[in-house]
Amino acid sequence: MISKITPSVQAAISDIKDGATVMIGGFGRAGQPVELIEALIAQGAKDLTVINNNAGNGSTGLAALVGAKRIKKIICSFPRQVDSYLFDDLYTKGEIELELVPQGNLAERIRAAGAGIGAFYTPTGYGTSLAEGKEAREIVGRNYILEYPIHADFALISAFKADRLGNLIYRKTARNFGPIMATAAKISIVQVDHIVKLGELNPEEVVTPGIYIDRVVQVTERVWMKDGKFIGTTKENL
Amino acid sequence: MLNSINREDIAQYIAKDIPEGSYVNLGIGAPTLVANYLPKDSEIILHTENGMLGMGPTPPPDQIDPDLINAGKLPVTEVDGAAYFHHADSFAMMRGGHLDICILGAFQVSIYGDLANWNTGGEKDIPAVGGAMDLAIGAKKVFVMMDLFTKDKKSKLVEACTYPLTSIGSVSRVYSDMAVFEISKNGTKIIECFAGNTPAAIALATGLNFI
Repeated sequence: MISKITPSVQAAISDIKDGATVMIGGFGRAGQPVELIEALIAQGAKDLTVINNNAGNGSTGLAALVGAKRIKKIICSFPRQVDSYLFDDLYTKGEIELELVPQGNLAERIRAAGAGIGAFYTPTGYGTSLAEGKEAREIVGRNYILEYPIHADFALISAFKADRLGNLIYRKTARNFGPIMATAAKISIVQVDHIVKLGELNPEEVVTPGIYIDRVVQVTERVWMKDGKFIGTTKENL
Repeated sequence: MLNSINREDIAQYIAKDIPEGSYVNLGIGAPTLVANYLPKDSEIILHTENGMLGMGPTPPPDQIDPDLINAGKLPVTEVDGAAYFHHADSFAMMRGGHLDICILGAFQVSIYGDLANWNTGGEKDIPAVGGAMDLAIGAKKVFVMMDLFTKDKKSKLVEACTYPLTSIGSVSRVYSDMAVFEISKNGTKIIECFAGNTPAAIALATGLNFI
């Protein structure tokens, strides 16, 4: 019997070693696998290369990993935010390396890695400083630059429901980078609100097929949810 | 001396130029104001880069769902007929030319349609590009919403951008607080002057040649 269910977030991330390349899902806080990140901070792996859209918000989750100085290099599209002070500080001191990638190229480079594409020509960024040093080519009257896939050792993502095979469904805009990161890493680890019995997920609605997922771990339901239903929020529980 | 209209008025003016049935992306900041003026009786579908079509207005405080946010990471709602998708699909939608209009802010726009809106190039500035470059090359029409002059009275519509570029030749219209400009291969034309301004006064103040 196949079961990808892992007993704890600690067990799920225990083999992430110093120097690993780790994709972390989420757009801002939506879809961020906060419990997996907290376990990774406690585990102690350092000199990580992290791929995310941002460089952390506030002082929790990815921002805490930045603040704990575990990241050598971050690959992202939008590090500068009103509440990205932990990254801003390290970047200003030259203690963290940044590879800035336009968001669509970032997403497509991740997708390409998962789909076995060697490289691709994209119009995004042509003629800008972010295309410096990249091969450019005109194809049928339009200008493109060559971009390479981004592979990772691990992907840490968050989804709404999983079964023991790792089939996933997501919730609203928390889906964002999850489905593509799941395909692009050697080991893909997902934290979910609910693990359901095999057969309970409608096959027509599965977003990430289980073939991409290696480990599933259930975490406490988010505070704005109860028994899988949105119950609203108050300022206190956000 | 040129006169200007306020941002709400610019947003209202842009909203009436968006045809029924359009798929539209509103950039972070001032362009999001346009959503408030879209005609209630026409169906216009809003795209948000973090994976949604059919974005609705801000929810009341007790209905804020942290799993439902826009590109500016602010809470939004879903309208009937909304759809969610992952990031690679969201940007394929842009790059593949499926969006009709995107509305972006800008530091500078050249009269040849070059856009600079992601980085002022300052040594101490932390660069952040987000989805700006993808939107600028992907949407069928790129509208820019900006003040015509900086606080220190420099024209933001220029012969050539001095800030780092976002895209080349992709802007189709500039909606400013003083006038509206249409950019084509032949040059830039003033198509509307606001608050009693004249084309001659705009040309004089910006130092640009219009067609």
